[in-house]
Amino acid sequence: MKITSLLTLGTLAASAFLAASATAQQISGAGATFPAPLYQRWGVEYNKLHPAVQVNYQSVGSGAGVKNFTAGVVDFGASDAAMSDAEIAKVAKGVVLIPATAGEIVYAYNLPGVPKLNLSREAMAGIYLGKVTKWDDAAIAKDNPGVTLPNLPIQVAYRADGSGTTFVFTQHLSAISKDFADQVGTDKSVTFPVGVGGKGNEGVTALVKQSPGAVGYVEYGYAKNNGIAMASLQNKSGNFVAPDIESAAATLANVQFPENLRVWPVDPEGAKDYPIVSFTWLLLYKKYDDAAKLKALKDFVTWGLTDGQKLSEELGYVPLPAPVVEKAKAALATVQ
Amino acid sequence: MSQTTTSVNEEGTMEFRSKPDFFRVLCWVASAATVATLAWIVYTILQQAFPAIQKFGFDFISSSAWVPNREKYGVLPFIIGTAVSSLIALLFACPLGLAIAIFLSEDFLPPAVRQTVRFVVELLAAIPSVVYGLWGIFVVIPMMQEFGKWAVPAFTQTWVTKGLNGAPDTYQGIPILKDIFAGPAYGNSLLTASVVLALMILPTVTAISRGALVAVPKTLREGAYALGATRWEAIFGVILPTAAPGVVAANILALGRAMGETMAVAMLIGNSSRLTSSLLAPSGTLAGLLANQFGEAEGLQVNSLMYAALLLVILTLGVNMAGEAILRYTQKRTAGIR
Repeated sequence: MKITSLLTLGTLAASAFLAASATAQQISGAGATFPAPLYQRWGVEYNKLHPAVQVNYQSVGSGAGVKNFTAGVVDFGASDAAMSDAEIAKVAKGVVLIPATAGEIVYAYNLPGVPKLNLSREAMAGIYLGKVTKWDDAAIAKDNPGVTLPNLPIQVAYRADGSGTTFVFTQHLSAISKDFADQVGTDKSVTFPVGVGGKGNEGVTALVKQSPGAVGYVEYGYAKNNGIAMASLQNKSGNFVAPDIESAAATLANVQFPENLRVWPVDPEGAKDYPIVSFTWLLLYKKYDDAAKLKALKDFVTWGLTDGQKLSEELGYVPLPAPVVEKAKAALATVQ
Repeated sequence: MSQTTTSVNEEGTMEFRSKPDFFRVLCWVASAATVATLAWIVYTILQQAFPAIQKFGFDFISSSAWVPNREKYGVLPFIIGTAVSSLIALLFACPLGLAIAIFLSEDFLPPAVRQTVRFVVELLAAIPSVVYGLWGIFVVIPMMQEFGKWAVPAFTQTWVTKGLNGAPDTYQGIPILKDIFAGPAYGNSLLTASVVLALMILPTVTAISRGALVAVPKTLREGAYALGATRWEAIFGVILPTAAPGVVAANILALGRAMGETMAVAMLIGNSSRLTSSLLAPSGTLAGLLANQFGEAEGLQVNSLMYAALLLVILTLGVNMAGEAILRYTQKRTAGIR
């Protein structure tokens, strides 16, 4: 008798456990490393509000994220380079691109005694082409009147690993300099004629921080958190704009979205626009078979687009402007 | 055959032998699985690399342009970077490791201290690669920057000396050295990576060399001393030559490890694909290239990276096989004195 009751108890406990784990909705995602800290934070915060939903985001890189998403092994993907039309065509269930957050890429530099620096479009490309090799070069000096620039060699730092950051950065330089487009071009990994390669944003940040005379392109958050000086860059209308959340938001607010929401402000035209800004996208299927999962995922992304944006700034991302959030929400509504 | 075994025992043995020998089977399966795994790995790499092999062939090895966005792939700078960084690392680690091994295998120190030193050196092998990388960034790179500040002007400046008939002779820097230590001196460089690599392979050199030195028969040592050899004569004349096969094997294994080392090198070498003669300039290795670019690679770039992986496997297998061959040859040569 005792044994039977114990067994019954065990069965009851087991079924209760199974029932509990069945109600916990798991959502899995994979993709870009750049927005990973934000998405993971969203997962944690959302889980506090809705304990039944667990979001697991793996930061495996944009390319791998698109591969996993296409293979259907995750519920959502994430990519700094969105998805190309050819890639979208491979997904039978259809794809909805949702801009989720944005980042700006800065010229972080290490020049003792020079807290502010203006870089013209000519100097920006010249540095990465190996044409401007000294900090007191006329190409830099003419835009910095009153600043004593040291006669130091410029130590250029770049990303050695394939990355969406490099893609957005080289895309902008290719747009503003024909020489750069011809000699280097645009890609996730390119070959620069000068400089040292660091691994990841943190690798480039360390390179810049350690060597006086160094300059490197990193995400805004990395330069800001490490207290590294950032150059003001000349935009299309000729103004020098310092990188911060406001100037990036100015750029994003001026972006004209196509229907698929895949767009880069390659060379923004507004007077106050910071020139190198990029969205990063969540990749969702058009159709989900599991209704419960669909609801949980939609609720999570909606939360991320609204309340989640408040977490952006402290983590070094640029919150999406209200009109962009509306467009993203409209796109989300088409997911079934 | 044997007359001493009892019949019961013999039957037991017979019964045991009639069954399959499970231990033997287990050993066979385990060793076959190891060989099969290696073959499988090489096959997979070969298969993935095939489109790149077809497209580039031998040019892949002799070309120095690695430009993913223009679909140009050549790994010559990375092959040179791999070879040079490992050889320089061995250049540092071999004398140091051998010296430590001699020090720890002779009775210079009380056994307790010797054990402690040995333990500490072998502990170096337990430090994760990424920790070496971080240590390199914060300690070795600033040191290299200082070294560069001194070395570049010292070796490249113009020297004026008094010629034979009183007329001054001028030299544009010191030949060879001015190329090897040409500026600008970046912190992340081939030399930085080599120094950290040397530390990483030191335990391998030390542990295996020490093992070989300890294994030298006692009679040989005593014989040497009996003939009136001093301690150094005994070490250099008798003990080291006898232990030579083991010492050579230690260095070859260390070289293999240095060539395959990835994380620390990727963090320190500067990851550049430009060919340069300067040790103070950034360079790249095959392993570092793979670690950096595989995550985001697509299409032909994946095939090319697999081709590079294949070359790395061939290089390391080649080094290990050469090591084995040298080991056997020297063992045969020194067999007489054992």
